[in-house]
Amino acid sequence: MKNYMKYFGMRVFYMLLTLFLIASITFFLMKLLPGTPYTNQEKLSAEQILIMNEQYGLNDPVPVQYLSYIGGLFVGDLGTSFQFDNTPVSQLLSTRVGPSLQIGFQAVVLGTFFGIVLGVISAMKQNTWIDTLSTLTAILGRSIPNFVFAVLLQLLFAVQLGWLPIALWDGGFKSSILPTLALAIAPLADSARFIRTEMVDVLGSDYVELARAKGLSRWGVAFKHGVRNALIPLITLLGPMAVALMTGSLVVENIYAIPGIGEQFVKSITTNDYPTIMGVTILYSAMLVFIILVVDILYGIIDPRIRVSSEGGN
Amino acid sequence: MGTQDNNPVVDQKNKFSSDMFERVSGSATEDNEKISAPSLSFLQDSWRRLKKNKAAVVSLVIICIIVLLAFAAPIIAPHSPEAQITEHSSLPPKVPGIDINGLNGTAKPGVERIDKYAQVNAGDDVYYLLGTDSLGRDLLSRILYGTRVSLIIAFVAALFDLTIGVTYGLISGWTGGRIDNVMQRILEILSGVPNLVVVILMILVLDPGITSIIIALAITGWIPMARIVRAQTLKLKNQEYILAAQTLGESPWKIATKHLISNLSGVIIIQTMFSIPAAIFFEAFLSFIGIGIPAPLASLGTLISDGYKTFRFLPHLMWYPAGVLCILMISFNLLADGLRDAFDPKMKD
Repeated sequence: MKNYMKYFGMRVFYMLLTLFLIASITFFLMKLLPGTPYTNQEKLSAEQILIMNEQYGLNDPVPVQYLSYIGGLFVGDLGTSFQFDNTPVSQLLSTRVGPSLQIGFQAVVLGTFFGIVLGVISAMKQNTWIDTLSTLTAILGRSIPNFVFAVLLQLLFAVQLGWLPIALWDGGFKSSILPTLALAIAPLADSARFIRTEMVDVLGSDYVELARAKGLSRWGVAFKHGVRNALIPLITLLGPMAVALMTGSLVVENIYAIPGIGEQFVKSITTNDYPTIMGVTILYSAMLVFIILVVDILYGIIDPRIRVSSEGGN
Repeated sequence: MGTQDNNPVVDQKNKFSSDMFERVSGSATEDNEKISAPSLSFLQDSWRRLKKNKAAVVSLVIICIIVLLAFAAPIIAPHSPEAQITEHSSLPPKVPGIDINGLNGTAKPGVERIDKYAQVNAGDDVYYLLGTDSLGRDLLSRILYGTRVSLIIAFVAALFDLTIGVTYGLISGWTGGRIDNVMQRILEILSGVPNLVVVILMILVLDPGITSIIIALAITGWIPMARIVRAQTLKLKNQEYILAAQTLGESPWKIATKHLISNLSGVIIIQTMFSIPAAIFFEAFLSFIGIGIPAPLASLGTLISDGYKTFRFLPHLMWYPAGVLCILMISFNLLADGLRDAFDPKMKD
């Protein structure tokens, strides 16, 4: 247990170190960028620029700006947006976390659930049409870019059939259906494929054979032993899934006009709103690093072998 | 006494004359030991197994065709991809000799179907196989050139992933100890950074363009390759033949290039095959959110992105490039899957 706490402490330390490095690198990269934060600099007089530079703290030497930025991070201050009416970045983002989280969460739950169902069925019915169908879904889900899929859904269900809103976010369930579907295809494909491989592995193991010999039914064994054991490694997919969702949300939120983080990020990129770009960068990295940490710890708790081997490695 | 005892033996010996024996020819023994199947090298064996996988073979053929068409774009493209003939803007596809709605140059903007080509007074010999965009550029030519740009980016990015990843993984796995530990911690920190963020930051700093996209993709893409190569190196390092090579005084460099790389080639090829579609996707994705290849150059991503802006009215501008992109992605993924099965010794039959 003491060893485990040490391991845990190390992990948290690395997490903070990663975040610190990301924040620093982002800061200096942003300083390298050309251009000014002001939309119409030629219309401003020298005094005005000076006053505004003072207001944003851009007159300070870079190290001072850096320290104040890093210091601000600790109290949740991400600076002030150059665009969007001088709103603090943290405030700008906090209103946008909700829709993104809602859609991302729905997509993960929906995608993994049906992915597991599909994966289990295709492992149980290997080399039948349902297995082929599941493999095909997995390949298509992995290959078709999510923005193409999102547009396809939009065309079919919103434009042609008119069942759902084309691109309107009212926070309700109905307006979240299409974006959720568009984002869910990747987790679905990944988990279906993963579960199938794991299940095939587990179903061929000795303890499954023993359970079968004792008279448990095929599906009974599949659920009691197969699925349970196949689910554990599925946790490791959470990290890559989170990355895929972040990437996906950028385009999907744009296509469906969802006021989420991804949409804000794209807007900030196209308007050179550096403080907001930095804010989103740090937010995304923090989320990913946190998820990786949670996955590692969960995995260590569920499967003690992992913990032992990683301690042995040190 | 002794001689008497020996006599029967001598008698028996004399019973077998040499002509009773037949000499077994050398070739006969060799036949018994002979392996009837031809001996296959690792690659030949993998190729044999890959050929059994129909999906992978079809994908390989499709990829070859698309690559050939894309790189022959300057020769086979019917029009210049940048030539803007404004009179011929927004024309639907028209294929000579085919009279199916959607491919005969007609469109249905309102209630009635009208011949768009007649409307703009294009001559009878004017054909745009996939139609034109809103600036009057031929879509087919743009797709051919766009695919070429997308493929170049993907191949070069994959090459970088390969070089950096294999070098890093080999050094880390082979040296081991403290260096390995430090290199692994660096990798751990790097993998905590979402690649999306790195790519976008790099492109902002470097200005959008083919080079900056390749650099951005290369910076993030090598990490999985390094991990896999390191893990495999750790496994191979303790094999007898490596020990033998070391004992015989082979230099570490030579062991790495001669023994390790050739045994790692399977995983390296598989990983590269997966990083190509990933790069194609990322390039298209960047173009779609507006920080991809700047005009007048076009990639599949920018074509889809441009097409999306008008897809309610001119859906073909989006669906054709999107179709090419999807076929390319599916083929690469299927081929990569097939290669993985072919190289996986566990699947050996």
